[in-house]
Amino acid sequence: MSLNTPDTQVCLWTLQHSESASLATYTANGGYEALKKILAEKTPAEAIIAEVKTSALRGRGGAGFPTGLKWSFMPRNFPGDKYVVCNTDEGEPGTFKDRDIIRFNPHQLIEGMIIAGYTLGAKAGYNYIHGEIFEEYQSWERALEEARAAGLLGRDILGSGWDFDLHAHQGYGAYICGEETALLESIEGKKGQPRFKPPFPASYGLYGKPTTINNTETLASIPWIMRHGGQAFLELGKPNNGGSKIFSISGHVNKPGNYEIPLGTPFADLLEMAGGVRTGHTLKAVIPGGSSAPVLTAEAMMACTMDFDSVARAGSMLGSGAVIVMDDSVCMVKALERLSYFYFEESCGQCTPCREGTGWLYRIVHRIEHGQGRPEDLDELLRIGKNIGGNTICALGEAAVGPVASFVKHFRKEFEYHIENKRCMVGS
Amino acid sequence: MLSAESLAQIDRELTKYPPEQKQSAVMAALRIAQTELGWLSRDTIEFVAHYLGMPAIAAYEVATFYNMYELAPVGRNKVTLCTNLPCQLQGADKIAEHMQGKLGIGFGETTADGRYTLKEGECMGACGHGPLCLHNNHKMHDHLTPDSVDKLLDDMK
Repeated sequence: MSLNTPDTQVCLWTLQHSESASLATYTANGGYEALKKILAEKTPAEAIIAEVKTSALRGRGGAGFPTGLKWSFMPRNFPGDKYVVCNTDEGEPGTFKDRDIIRFNPHQLIEGMIIAGYTLGAKAGYNYIHGEIFEEYQSWERALEEARAAGLLGRDILGSGWDFDLHAHQGYGAYICGEETALLESIEGKKGQPRFKPPFPASYGLYGKPTTINNTETLASIPWIMRHGGQAFLELGKPNNGGSKIFSISGHVNKPGNYEIPLGTPFADLLEMAGGVRTGHTLKAVIPGGSSAPVLTAEAMMACTMDFDSVARAGSMLGSGAVIVMDDSVCMVKALERLSYFYFEESCGQCTPCREGTGWLYRIVHRIEHGQGRPEDLDELLRIGKNIGGNTICALGEAAVGPVASFVKHFRKEFEYHIENKRCMVGS
Repeated sequence: MLSAESLAQIDRELTKYPPEQKQSAVMAALRIAQTELGWLSRDTIEFVAHYLGMPAIAAYEVATFYNMYELAPVGRNKVTLCTNLPCQLQGADKIAEHMQGKLGIGFGETTADGRYTLKEGECMGACGHGPLCLHNNHKMHDHLTPDSVDKLLDDMK
């Protein structure tokens, strides 16, 4: 497989090659040709944005926002510096796809970022890499050096007269920096606390300059789109859900891992690729899009196809494509307790409803799990959730509420059993 | 305060950012300082702030906000185990129990000989390979089993 043939693997095709991550493998298989063509033909930015819009590429980091539309928000005639930023702060529980792009196909991300920089008129780009994956931070820096030595970065790229450089910025342990304005604060050397929006980053971003922030998988998809056309990418997936997508499957499957498949693939097929539910057990529940996505029952999930629209119709969201599979051995109260602790731990503390509310949510779920729940606790959880949602600067508060509300909605009996009997009904 | 090698690494980080934005290098500078000294004392944080020409309080804010910085001494080997839901489903609870039992310490504690510190971590972004842990922030070990944990810990000097 390679970039030369429009295969269904957009980002992880290099895994079919030995030396997956090398510049030689990438260039031998069509890598950097899209960039060369753009620079040689001086392709207008409008034409590139139109191609990305045709592709129906939607942000792969969680929100699913149309990438072409986001790019069109950047001011065209702004006289000062502009930036492009890649969000590899991959800390949403269940998500581990961007790490594999950096491990196995770093140059496609670099090419995607250079094309983004050219299209958006940026002078430099930063890739913000999750603190816990230091080895990938180092390997991506080595890939940058390879690209620089090959004249693909720096001054006068490939003799085009255009200057552009890329750098890696390492996080150091803060989930909130995956929120794009917190990420910008962090690159500026500050606490990662989200900014009020508006102004949006396209007008006031890094160092106050116009900035576009995209997810790693989103940017790594750009060279494929420019090589084969937006229409071909769209046709890989389904209308309004262009392309293939990497799904990270974890939890109770026989073969956890990343599977890059066309959007619109039935969940049942994805589950089969991942070796099915852990042998000897049956499917109980699935979180289809990272820990912030509402949990779905096995029945609801088995009726879904894996695309933004289908999962939204089922009452959850495709998010980052992180599929957490839970079998019949799972106590839903214990599972929710761990997730609630995570949001409590990671709230940046800026907004009172989130800072205090995530603590209340965690402490109540914790006491239910530990046999000290009260009859009014479930309604209390939902009431607190309603007071967090919509009352904070960023989406972390709502992300904390999503699991709580959906776990209680779909598995209320389990929570009630815990409260009444002070023990778990699973396995009893 | 810091070795010439560490200062050279910080200087290299500074080249990534516009000359008037030296503060952008503070996260890397604190990481480099911690890698050399093991943890970040108030003096170290102030040194880094001074080196980058930023207020000490601004560097202190960064050091206290991000959870991979250590503001008190830790053991020579800090082992951070992810216990978040995907890892938990894949057996992190048993690994946590095994590590604590073997070392005789709980999360957030250091062995009396200063050889190990155990920490509980949040999602490290490698869930498909769990259970997993980080060694001194920078080296990941995945697919942990009680046997592999024994070997891993024994090999840490």
